[in-house]
Amino acid sequence: MAGPLSQKVVDDLTANRIGFVTSVPCKQLAGVIEALDTRPEILHVPCNKEDEGMGLCAGAYMGGKRPAIVMQNTALGVTINTLATLIQFYQIPLPMLISYRGEVGEKVACQVEMALHTKALLNQLLIPTYHFSKAEQIEELDAILKHTEMCKKPTAILMDARFWKGET
Amino acid sequence: MNRYEVLKSIVPIIDGHLVVCNIGLPSQELHMLHDQPSTFYMLGTMGLASSIGLGLALAQPKPVIAIDGDGSVLTNLATLSTIANNPAANFVLLIIDNGSYGSTGDQPTYAGRKTSLAAVARACGCENVIECQAVDTAAALKDALGSGRMSVIVSKCQSGNVAVPVIEIPPVVIRDRFMKEVAAGAGA
Repeated sequence: MAGPLSQKVVDDLTANRIGFVTSVPCKQLAGVIEALDTRPEILHVPCNKEDEGMGLCAGAYMGGKRPAIVMQNTALGVTINTLATLIQFYQIPLPMLISYRGEVGEKVACQVEMALHTKALLNQLLIPTYHFSKAEQIEELDAILKHTEMCKKPTAILMDARFWKGET
Repeated sequence: MNRYEVLKSIVPIIDGHLVVCNIGLPSQELHMLHDQPSTFYMLGTMGLASSIGLGLALAQPKPVIAIDGDGSVLTNLATLSTIANNPAANFVLLIIDNGSYGSTGDQPTYAGRKTSLAAVARACGCENVIECQAVDTAAALKDALGSGRMSVIVSKCQSGNVAVPVIEIPPVVIRDRFMKEVAAGAGA
């Protein structure tokens, strides 16, 4: 059952006229993915890999639907070429709603390894990055989505276990 | 026939349609043969022509032709399962299968050896898969566009390239003029 935080994430997507979302699942994002499938305004197309998903998003954007991708931070590595040579090169706005695994509250030690690289990689790519660790930070999402559309860049919204505490 | 000759043969069919063209020599050859604003040239990002094409086809109603290669499809093989499970009646994926990585020096791909991309596409659930010889590509593409069904065409051709200049159009210009065509009725 999608909780209130997950519903608010998807409410903000629809309020910003985001009509195409692709996803690769993460346990923390299960509620968001469930909520996506209940909204007729959003075409949700699950993908197999995040770089493939960014290709779908680029096509959907050029077809007139604002896109977003739902993914886990562990996949950031496979998207770097796509972020640089497709999303940034062609100036496509793309909010990345990222489950920030490996931060405080994580239960699986291996997840910490990619968490160590997450912000450094995003910083290296000059991707505006926002880290949500408290539930009330959800109030910033609407403005971040507007900022993404305005500047026509990929942006990263990292949501960690403390943010999702009580929801999952 | 090599890829350049296949592309030349389909120019009358793709004229005015929305086209997403694969990175490297395919885009450069098509750009030299028939530049049109309704063609989106990929300047980077190997493997994603089919994904961009599918996203475009799902987002709007006009026909979309994604021109891909065997090497590029192999690098994003799961795209065939996404295409099969999200069928867009206005989407045609044309895989020009020359059994080689043309842009990097014609090194052989596995599609030129034991792997059949048509069989992979069918196994992924694509329902309208046509494998044809290079000379029959234009007719197969015309039929697919007229069928009103999502189609995957695998065109078997010879490897080899022609000398072509790089594309000098800035990426945002490619995107901008392409999006204006999407909005204006290209391919209608």
